Amino acid sequence: MNKLDPKIPAGPLAEKWSNYKSNQKLVNPANKRRLDIIVVGTGLAGASAAASLGEMGFQVHNFCIQDSPRRAHSIAAQGGINAAKNYQNDGDSVYRLFYDTIKGGDYRAREANVYRLAEVSNNIIDQCVAQGVPFAREYGGLLDNRSFGGAQVSRTFYARGQTGQQLLLGAYSALSRAINKKQVTLHARYEMVDLVLIDGRARGIIARNLITGKLERFAAHAVVIATGGYGNTFFLSTMAMTSNGSAAWHCYKKGAMFGNPGMTQIHPTCIPVHGEFQSKLTLMSESLRNDGRIWVPKKKEDAAAIREGKLRPTDIKEEDRDYYLERRYPAFGNLVPRDVASRAAKERCDAGFGVGTTGLAVYLDFADAIERLGKDVVEARYGNLFQMYEKIIDHNPYETPMMIYPAVHYTMGGIWVDYDLMSTIPGLFAIGEANFSDHGANRLGASALMQGLADGYFVLPYTIQNYLADQINIPRFSTDRPEFEKAEKDLNDRIHKLMNIKGEHSVDYFHKKLGHIMWDNVGMGREAKGLKKAIEEIAVLKKEFWSNVRIPGVATTTNQELEKALRLADYFEIGQLIARDALNREESCGGHFRLEHQTEEGEALRHDEEFSYVACWEYKGEEAAPVMHKEPLDYEFIVREQRNYKS
Amino acid sequence: MDIDINIKVKVWRQKGPKEKGRFETYGLKNISQGSSFLEMMDILNEQLINEGKEPVVFDHDCREGICGICSLYIDGYPHGPDEDITTCQLHMRKFNEGDTITVEPWRSAGFPIIKDLMVDRTSFDKIIQAGGYVSVNTGGAPDANSIPIPRHDAEAAMDSAACIGCGACVAACKNGSAMLFVAAKVTQLALLPQGRAEAKKRAKSMVAKMDELGFGNCTNTGACEVECPKNIAITDIARLNYEFLNAKIRD
Amino acid sequence: MHWLINSTIGRKFVMSISGLFLILFLLFHMSMNLVLVFSLDAYDQVTQFLGANWYAVVASLILAAGFIVHILYASILTLQNQKARGKDKYAVKNTKDASWSSKNMYVLGFVVLSFLVLHMIQFWYEMQFKELFGMEGAINRGSELIVPLFKQPLYVIVYLIAFVALWLHLTHGFWSALHTVGWNNTIWMKRLKNISYVVATIIVAGFTVIPIYVYFFVPSPF
Repeated sequence: MNKLDPKIPAGPLAEKWSNYKSNQKLVNPANKRRLDIIVVGTGLAGASAAASLGEMGFQVHNFCIQDSPRRAHSIAAQGGINAAKNYQNDGDSVYRLFYDTIKGGDYRAREANVYRLAEVSNNIIDQCVAQGVPFAREYGGLLDNRSFGGAQVSRTFYARGQTGQQLLLGAYSALSRAINKKQVTLHARYEMVDLVLIDGRARGIIARNLITGKLERFAAHAVVIATGGYGNTFFLSTMAMTSNGSAAWHCYKKGAMFGNPGMTQIHPTCIPVHGEFQSKLTLMSESLRNDGRIWVPKKKEDAAAIREGKLRPTDIKEEDRDYYLERRYPAFGNLVPRDVASRAAKERCDAGFGVGTTGLAVYLDFADAIERLGKDVVEARYGNLFQMYEKIIDHNPYETPMMIYPAVHYTMGGIWVDYDLMSTIPGLFAIGEANFSDHGANRLGASALMQGLADGYFVLPYTIQNYLADQINIPRFSTDRPEFEKAEKDLNDRIHKLMNIKGEHSVDYFHKKLGHIMWDNVGMGREAKGLKKAIEEIAVLKKEFWSNVRIPGVATTTNQELEKALRLADYFEIGQLIARDALNREESCGGHFRLEHQTEEGEALRHDEEFSYVACWEYKGEEAAPVMHKEPLDYEFIVREQRNYKS
Repeated sequence: MDIDINIKVKVWRQKGPKEKGRFETYGLKNISQGSSFLEMMDILNEQLINEGKEPVVFDHDCREGICGICSLYIDGYPHGPDEDITTCQLHMRKFNEGDTITVEPWRSAGFPIIKDLMVDRTSFDKIIQAGGYVSVNTGGAPDANSIPIPRHDAEAAMDSAACIGCGACVAACKNGSAMLFVAAKVTQLALLPQGRAEAKKRAKSMVAKMDELGFGNCTNTGACEVECPKNIAITDIARLNYEFLNAKIRD
Repeated sequence: MHWLINSTIGRKFVMSISGLFLILFLLFHMSMNLVLVFSLDAYDQVTQFLGANWYAVVASLILAAGFIVHILYASILTLQNQKARGKDKYAVKNTKDASWSSKNMYVLGFVVLSFLVLHMIQFWYEMQFKELFGMEGAINRGSELIVPLFKQPLYVIVYLIAFVALWLHLTHGFWSALHTVGWNNTIWMKRLKNISYVVATIIVAGFTVIPIYVYFFVPSPF
């Protein structure tokens, strides 16, 4: 399996990255000017990569699906970003951050990658502060930290409840500077719709101009995918409306292997679903679990009375409340990792203790925190989140507990990449959430921002040179080449076909149906029967979509329905691959929970002997089933244990 | 308690930047007050598609009030009749049975209409590109704690940094001025030691770009501040004025 | 110095400085008027002193320049702002977000200007202009003009209307001018707005006293 060589540098764990940097190939400044790089996406990973590569002297073309790079969904990350600074003197270190991330990921991530991530985490904080990111500070003027799920140290840097926004605006400002210096060309309101290969290497993309509807061709020496995750397959998720899996999916269809597609993260603290018309789910930052206590009534009759509106949560006496996370996981309490917290909520609700009108909600209560710290302190820490909650639910969380329920939030799976962040297609790189690499089977809170910026600022700008050093003699490609011609024609045919179905139902009609299939069968608790059913049902639904979808208007202008249809066409296939991967993985680990594989206490049960590998899926054509290859995960430095957040 | 209401929506329809626009009125039945305004727009679009008509084009993305792309002018207010929110955070409980809700795009020469309710705000990006940054290359930054920043300054910088670039300030301004947007960025970076080094240059180049793009002159009406979903204060404009005048007078 | 013309903040700076200068003039003018309340003779002495002397002429020229700059810039800014607003207007107007006076400074300014023209014909033309150009019938004693004028209710009312416009113009103009030169922050915002009301009220009250006093308390010359 030569293709799946992760190319991990030799040597001790702590020296791999420095050794790599000392020995890697570089491109000299004169040659950088002659090399073009396409970066798709302007989130934390995309913007930081485009800015850094531009500064270095490469000619960068950066693509943005929204009207401005600042809109990318990284902006919605609330809680914070991890780094092993140990400013709090609580025993943190690069190794500990590495260890926590590996353990949090339930031992399904690659050691060398994660160690590198922990190593560069500190540089990220330095870089962001230098850019003018207004992180929270102590009275002495030094940086403040908060704690987050899955860690026993305070290593999370934050900017109120808007850390993602501030980090993205930092990266956006760096990108804006590079655009001003003509180091980067920005293409806003463009969506990548296909990858173009020339002689087996990634050499360009086809992007659809979302204003004119025209398909346009762009050539480059390398293509970087930074398009985030595919959580919107579930229709309802915490993703933005335009967050989609299509760019990655087209790379997969062109030969890039897809790693661990089944690893999806369900975030425990989201505002519960309230109706069929709902378009998305709103995340409440995990940081709320620092001070909020999660509970449901101890008695079923109390829960039922609350659901019927006969009782209010504040009517339930202290001794009648079940703080189930504190009960089950005394050591970590309300700060257990996300997958654990989500499953525990589902377990309580399934057992009939759920609250809210639907019974699919648990309480997140700040009464204790307000008593202990005062309302002012709580407001200073979480004011914007409380306000957000009140606007949506119309309840005041200072007076009555919040209601939360898990929702699809992040996809650990993605394009398979090696240590260089290069996929199985030479010249195609994937960074940030779009790749599969660093979070294993579950991502810890405040680690997505860390990984996105690590990849973009400090990893890719080095590793991409290793590839480009061999490309300096390759002249720029003409976009008139037959490879581009064919890709554009295929796409035009596809669009033409979609526009001419002229069926009965809207795109959302089908997407909602897909969402139900996914959530019911491929959600928090998965089992073989349901997964097989999902694959079949999706096939039927996909067929119906291709014969009965209705897209009004024309393709040669702004047409948001067509955009959605093109994405949904891919979601069917992504959904099937998620289910297929989940079916293959006959174990429970992290966010992937197979009902057949659990301990007596209902915790995830891993089978390291059989499943300590990355499942890499290879596309074999429209009709054929994909083929799975394994990248074994050999743990050299860490001893795998059953995750324990109890003691 | 949230109930279901019947409403009419009067929406601006415009086929393209150069086409002439007009209002169309659509009736909607049984809209839950618990749904968001954009979910109501989704329902409207679903209805239009089912009737074989073209759905209304509008910008929306994160739907949690932070990306800043949503931009509807509802019943006389940018982001609608509620305080401190973006359009996507507006809920239907702000409206009553029988209401006719007027939905318009941001209107300003600086934000030309693309289609229906979608406008072009790339001018904001151009202003940031002109100088809304600290000139620091990747790598080589000093340790994050090497320069202590008084908490008060960091918090004040954060107040200004909270701007989401939605353009409600321009939409609300009778002068079509972008001063609040520019002021927020200039203030954020002027308050932090990292941004001081090029504070003068930044104020001059961002203001010059803003003028070049045809935004209006601020007359301190304060409408921007009232409509800003993130509560950016117009005292930031005073700071921008100070930074700019200070730079020019010292030249 | 072209930034005073080319840049928005430069133009606003000129507006502010000229506006503040005119406020100083108003204070001066108002205190001078108040002399009348204490003694008509003293008032006449002041008006004689400010006749066609070189210092009064120079001061008048500077003052005129201040007015011209303020009005010219106001017109330029208003035209530019209308262009920046775009052709299409909102169907639903917003009336709540900003104070009426802040949105209508140009209108208020125009009312004040119209009054100014009338006022100049009634006083300045009769006193300084005629004397300067050696025309017949120049009047040195202000009381000869002011008393007959304000014995007519129509002019009292016209002047009072103009003072209301001036008050509205100043309540926004004063703090706004300081804001534009950068002298404002979150703490001073409230204070400045209050000071603005105080300044506007003092000036306008000072002016208002005169026609009312003349109408009711000065013996009729007829």
